[in-house]
Amino acid sequence: MALPNYASPLERIWHYAYLVICALIFLFLIAPILVVIPLSFNAEPYFTFTPRMLALDPEGYSLRWYDKLLTFGMQNPDAPRDLSWWADVWENSKWVNAAKNSFIIGIFATILATGFGTLAALGLSRPEMPFRRAIMAILISPMIVPIIITATGLFFFYSSIKISHWSIFGWEIPYLGIILAHATLGIPFVIITVTATLVGFDQSLNRAAANLGADPRTTFFRITMPLILPGVISGALFAFVTSFDEVVVVLFVGALDEQTIPRQMWNGIREQISPAILSVATILVVISVALLTTVELLRRRSERLRGVTPG
Amino acid sequence: MSTQTPADPHVAVVATAGGVEDGPLVMADGTSLKQALRKSQSRARRRAFLLVLPLLAFVVLTFIVPIGQLLKRSVYSPNFHENMPALVAWFDASPPGTVPDESAYAALVADLRLLKKTKKAGLVGTRVNYELPGSRSLFTKGARKAEKLEPPYREALLKLDPRWGDPALWQVMRSAASPYTMNFYLAAVDLKRDSDGSIVRVEENRRVYLMLFGRTLALSLLITFLALVLAYPIAHLLATLPLRKSNLLMILVLLPFWTSLLVRTTSWMVLLQSQGVINDALVALGIIGDDGRIQMMYNKIGTVIAMTHILLPFMVLPLYSVMRTINPSYVRAARNLGATSWTAFRRIYFPQTVPGIGAGALLVFILAVGYYITPALVGGSDGTLISNLIAFHIQKSLNWSLAAALAALLLAGILVLYWLYDRLVGIDNLKLG
Repeated sequence: MALPNYASPLERIWHYAYLVICALIFLFLIAPILVVIPLSFNAEPYFTFTPRMLALDPEGYSLRWYDKLLTFGMQNPDAPRDLSWWADVWENSKWVNAAKNSFIIGIFATILATGFGTLAALGLSRPEMPFRRAIMAILISPMIVPIIITATGLFFFYSSIKISHWSIFGWEIPYLGIILAHATLGIPFVIITVTATLVGFDQSLNRAAANLGADPRTTFFRITMPLILPGVISGALFAFVTSFDEVVVVLFVGALDEQTIPRQMWNGIREQISPAILSVATILVVISVALLTTVELLRRRSERLRGVTPG
Repeated sequence: MSTQTPADPHVAVVATAGGVEDGPLVMADGTSLKQALRKSQSRARRRAFLLVLPLLAFVVLTFIVPIGQLLKRSVYSPNFHENMPALVAWFDASPPGTVPDESAYAALVADLRLLKKTKKAGLVGTRVNYELPGSRSLFTKGARKAEKLEPPYREALLKLDPRWGDPALWQVMRSAASPYTMNFYLAAVDLKRDSDGSIVRVEENRRVYLMLFGRTLALSLLITFLALVLAYPIAHLLATLPLRKSNLLMILVLLPFWTSLLVRTTSWMVLLQSQGVINDALVALGIIGDDGRIQMMYNKIGTVIAMTHILLPFMVLPLYSVMRTINPSYVRAARNLGATSWTAFRRIYFPQTVPGIGAGALLVFILAVGYYITPALVGGSDGTLISNLIAFHIQKSLNWSLAAALAALLLAGILVLYWLYDRLVGIDNLKLG
């Protein structure tokens, strides 16, 4: 926003003051996220910048906390770093195992949420959908209801149906309760992003396809699906992040050995807070930057596909 | 999406126009057009509904039912009722206010003996303990010694522990004899039943819940207000900059939104600690002395700062999407007609942003009221919210019914706000980035 020529001196001062205020607010938004990155390379077990770090002395920085992520929980952390050392990391490192669990839970929860959610969004955006408003309100509610209430409800519900003993052909499904809960929590995000994509969807494309002799199935897979796919992927990423970041449900319904990254962080923050937490945080920030970039590119692609002027 | 177009408007118009003179229009197979139309419409409705049905069933099973069960717990507490049959029968037979006579004590001893056999003394004691703290041991001890008691039972029990004669205990046992009770809701708002059954406030030093509800409301309002004050200028800037620049700046809003909640909370702990970055910087700049470090964590300040930061994107996004649609020529016209920039803002621009303010403020407030993680980590003892107390009763004090009653009150408040949000903003207008 440029300043008009007729602006008075007072308005000019206000204009620049306003820009400074905005810059400070942006700093407030972003600084807390960026500050953990340099601190995670701290050579000392402190949560603040040491004098050596401020002097940009290379001695003040180290990768020891990242190394700690690998070695924490290992059987022989001091063994020579050959193949068997890495096998030990893969088997026993607490953070690596937590990451494995987080990914397994996140991926299955995302598949459930995206599958059901996309189908429902297709129905919800049809003009003839009955009770649209009420159903939408129910489906979005997992985002609104306080997580502690959801977690408590699930805690009692799962113990009353003994979900941890459910099995298929004698194989007890691990994480089943957490996966179902995380899918529920991710559903609102899928519904919101996919219905938003469908709002701009030109229904005459479907009619044109039908007119050219395509049956409903072909129309869906050849016309509708490619057009709404960016929205579906964005929704899926949202659902994945929701699961990947969720700790309260895991704390309430997860068994003791069902550790995930957020739960491990939660324990770390509450008990012996060590800068290793900051190195996890840094890795998570990098992941979120990657996800944000992906979603942003998808949004632009979707707008281009639908003929909306891209930003 | 279906092959047959269900309601072609032209056909309908022709049908009504033609129907006046020539009688009802019919399809090739003889059914009336009106009927065929209705049939195809209801088929389309059914089809749309079938697409939604799997998800609806999923959400009902994994979300609505568990929460329903939780709410039932707030009024249903059957442990006493199920394990003390003789005393329950006595309470049923004698009207409220009856002084417990020898037959009541005999029933009590019979039940205590039963408790020893069923090993449920702890459960029953816990149920009574909720409303009369300190009485759990009464039941465990009573059950242990019940075999040896001999009539007259009143004297024997009183000799064992004089508290058995306490009218307050008998009042609590009477109310616990019914599996359904409203007492947990009373407790959740700092009320209790007196020994004569009337509802009174609890003692001064035990009044915690109303205070916590009050604090939750006050802090949420404060956080909503701070988020609004911080979000308004940047949303305005984003909405007035050219798209290319504003998309770049938008990343600064969206990155926190995509970053893990625990990461953001951890960052604030790093910044706010008394040996943390902010305090160190202030000391280094000489603003405060080394012994005057500001305590910003494990109290209200920490909760408010961290939560404002975490919820800020939820305020910026709705404000931005409303501001983007405001036509800048209105403000220019106002300036042209002689308004100062302040007047133009106050009278022209600001009123047009009110829908965005409403949407953002409601959303942030709803999310803030039920917040758990951040207050639990940085709140200390005076920065915790009602959610933390619910967690405490579930995990530590094990008073699940009271936790359920607190949860029900919180949920009721949130659903009212949610309904309001749907009314004013519409859930389908919720946007994420």
